[in-house]
Amino acid sequence: MARVVSISSRFRDLTGGLDGLDVDARSVRELVRMLEARFPGLGALVEGEMALAIDGEIHQDALMEPLGPHSEVVLIPRISGG
Amino acid sequence: MSRKVVNATVNGEPVEFLAGGGQSLLDALRDELRLTGSKEGCGTGDCGACSVIVDGRLVCACLMLAPEAEGKRIETIEGLADNGHLHPLQHQFLEHAALQCGFCTPGLLMASKALLDRNPDPTETEVRYWLAGNICRCTGYDKVVRAVMDAAADLRQEKPR
Amino acid sequence: MSDGNQPPANLKVVGTRPIRPDGVDKVTGRAQFGADFHLPGMLTGRIKRSPHAHARIVKIDVSAAEKLPGVKAIVTGAEFDVGAGGDIEAGEHAAAMKDVADNCLANGKVFYKGHAVAAVAATSPEIAAEAVDLIEVAYEVLPHVVDVDAAMAPGAPVLHEDMFTKGVMPKPAKASNVAQKHVMGRGDVAGAFAAADVVVEGRYTTAAVHQGYIEPHACVAAWGADGQSTIWCSSQGQFLVRAMTARILNLPLSDIKVIPAEIGGGFGGKTTVYLEPVALALSRKCGRPVKLVMSREEVFLASGPTSGSSMDIRLAATKDGKLTAAEMTLRYQAGAFAGSPVNLGCMTAFACYDVEHLALVGYDVVSNRPKVAAYRAPGAPMAAFAVECAIDDLARKLNIDPIDLRIRNAVKDGAKTVYGATVRHSAFVETLEAVKAHPHYKAKLGPGQARGVAAGFWFNIGGESSAAVHVDEDGGATVVSSNPDIGGSRASMAMMAAETLGLPIERVRCTVADTTSIGFSGSTGGSRVTFATGMAVVEAAQKVVADLKRRAAQTWECDVAHVDWKDGVATCLDPSKDVKPLSLKALAGKSARTGGPIAAEVSLNAQGAAAGYGVHVCDLEIDPETGRTTILRYTAAQDVGRAIHPAYVEGQLQGGAAQGVGWALNEEYVYNAKGLLDNASFLDYRMPVASDLPMIDTILVEAKPNPRHPYGAKGVGEVPIVPSLAAVANAVSAIVGRRMTSLPLSPAKVLAATRAS
Repeated sequence: MARVVSISSRFRDLTGGLDGLDVDARSVRELVRMLEARFPGLGALVEGEMALAIDGEIHQDALMEPLGPHSEVVLIPRISGG
Repeated sequence: MSRKVVNATVNGEPVEFLAGGGQSLLDALRDELRLTGSKEGCGTGDCGACSVIVDGRLVCACLMLAPEAEGKRIETIEGLADNGHLHPLQHQFLEHAALQCGFCTPGLLMASKALLDRNPDPTETEVRYWLAGNICRCTGYDKVVRAVMDAAADLRQEKPR
Repeated sequence: MSDGNQPPANLKVVGTRPIRPDGVDKVTGRAQFGADFHLPGMLTGRIKRSPHAHARIVKIDVSAAEKLPGVKAIVTGAEFDVGAGGDIEAGEHAAAMKDVADNCLANGKVFYKGHAVAAVAATSPEIAAEAVDLIEVAYEVLPHVVDVDAAMAPGAPVLHEDMFTKGVMPKPAKASNVAQKHVMGRGDVAGAFAAADVVVEGRYTTAAVHQGYIEPHACVAAWGADGQSTIWCSSQGQFLVRAMTARILNLPLSDIKVIPAEIGGGFGGKTTVYLEPVALALSRKCGRPVKLVMSREEVFLASGPTSGSSMDIRLAATKDGKLTAAEMTLRYQAGAFAGSPVNLGCMTAFACYDVEHLALVGYDVVSNRPKVAAYRAPGAPMAAFAVECAIDDLARKLNIDPIDLRIRNAVKDGAKTVYGATVRHSAFVETLEAVKAHPHYKAKLGPGQARGVAAGFWFNIGGESSAAVHVDEDGGATVVSSNPDIGGSRASMAMMAAETLGLPIERVRCTVADTTSIGFSGSTGGSRVTFATGMAVVEAAQKVVADLKRRAAQTWECDVAHVDWKDGVATCLDPSKDVKPLSLKALAGKSARTGGPIAAEVSLNAQGAAAGYGVHVCDLEIDPETGRTTILRYTAAQDVGRAIHPAYVEGQLQGGAAQGVGWALNEEYVYNAKGLLDNASFLDYRMPVASDLPMIDTILVEAKPNPRHPYGAKGVGEVPIVPSLAAVANAVSAIVGRRMTSLPLSPAKVLAATRAS
């Protein structure tokens, strides 16, 4: 069961105020699918616009990443720069 | 729009070009003579990217009207190297990594040359005040000032040039 | 000169200071920047801009302009077709393309003075200027608001009737200027404040400032009769220009070729488009190439500065200086459209420190100013200004040395950041210790002088990059990079290839390719090029080495495992073979007979970028008569992983510090009562010149090379602007005798504060 938390207020808009939830996903791709099923629009937001910190490492494009049984996934705005 | 024939010397060679009354020397150099080494950063004489030397004086080419170049001797960045041999200033700018984007570099080099032509042994403060009309946004000037000081030393060594 | 960096003994090229491959072009005037291109039949473009801060466009009448002889095309925002809208993934950042299009040419409303309304292409600059004057625009002028706090206040003029604050529950019923509210944090902040020995607090503001690149935006666009077009332009990313232009004009990517010119500075400001879609629309309309170049005034008015901000901060600590909690509210100007970097401000604010209880709130606020663009560590310098000033207050209150206080609270590997990342490969503590040990920090101050210290953080990113390495038949090599070279990256790319191939640096050249000649790459930004594109270069060079070893093995009829590659020479380790070593040159010369050309291209999405930390020390004095500040001595230290070309790394530290000094002391967008920008020139927008600054010492801390990069590189370009605002402000505050909370610390402001205290 991966623990998903978010620091993005957009996430909160779509989950009705939730900041975190547990999702039984083994990959980011599966996570996106399950989030979309539970909160329409959220999977697309995560896939299209967010970076993920998976167990402490930031992935700007995380769709192909695996998740461990106790992974912590933090959804963050994608980081750009100057 | 009436245009006037202008005859001048650019980097030692006689040139003839057509200039409109309101056209700047910078526009004439860049658009008529295709010498695009002199840059326009502001068009108002504030940044120094268009610095050239006219009859021995440092000038912002964007502030001088092209017809005023009649009969003048103009030095631009394209003439700073001598037959493919870099001027000590150019050499020291490279050695010191005194440029990042390189856009202000032609102007800085021409302004530095005008300084060393009249003062072969400037202090750091003299270099900083002389170059105060040439804005560089990349380097913080540290390496630029060092390069000019070292080029001045090189030129003093190799005299007479 | 920098202290502390010695090239590792096993490296021959990385860590040295060769002359950059494009150096001679740049000191002889031969380098071609955005405005230097000229094509036969080329027209001059010019843009009609709004004279108002906020107005509805009632009518645009181009009939008189169209009749002027020499006018070949006129376009307005109606020419754009953003299609389904949505955001584009152009490298490393998403941009709301409808907003970008409306910013290139207004759609119904103008939101700031200088907002583009229409564009003309004509046979001469004079005719283009006359035509722009002949375009008649009827406006209904609307009330305006430029200040971020005023824009948030009830009753403020609302810019976008469809802007309902995101991130607020329930969804607001009324439109406002707050595009989004960001909330992040952890722990029990209220409890920690209640239990605190010491609390410091403050309200801080910073002015909107411009990147100040010396080269104005410039491009040439040429539409082809078959719909295939070419754009020459100066930008931080040819692929980004292609993506945005294609989206705005609804064209296939493969029909647009973008050729990157040399770029005369960007600092984030050239990571978007202003001119390219307009020039291409004009060219499409008349079938001739069109050149568009901004004047300096247009750059100030209508390209993107970074946000001005207003912030409230509170810190809680124990009496021995351990930070226990912090709360902070950040309000950033986005300009005319949503998208300030306030979220990055929130994420970076406390990234240097291990603080258990945190509460951060950020507001992204629109107002009648140009749409902000990225500027060097976007969002971080303002937040760091408030945080580092507050920490300075804490150090004074507790009478603890400011470096010791920071060491006491510094993040170390394994710490968890508020945004979810775990700190890894960090050398923040080492950087603080390096500053403490530096002669500058121990030097005595003269009477009337003060010293300021501050720290800063930036993420640094990786992302998509492509690079190729071609071995030439004579044994040299060419590197093809996918990123515009903004500050010497051709040198670092060539050096990493030379190191990997075992060639001297003089035998490796580097070129920056157009969009058709190399795989996709994100922009030159985010301090990512040496890390990500460098990784692609090294991997391509490694592929080439593997190929060379295979060819040597074939030549010797031995197992490839018995081929050793060192210093550009293959040696056979099989004792049964009596063969001479084969150099890269010998192998390259025979390439036709051993399998054909030797080349490799690598495209990757680089992961594992390591964050950077900087610590700055600034000594200064203030003229009591005028309030003018003079910087006397400045040292910038940074955790750089490993410096590939130390001189260019030093240059980044020095340049970043200089920009930060300008931000702290002088630079500011000044608006009049009508909401119009009053200082759109280099004369009135005063950036530091050579006589304003001393030498800037640097300390490159190489204690923790990034193990996720083949040569240990971390991004270095953005960190060095972050600490500088507070380093200056802390010293100024010490002299004035009270906390200076509002940037810029202009002579008038400093004088008034001195007299008051």
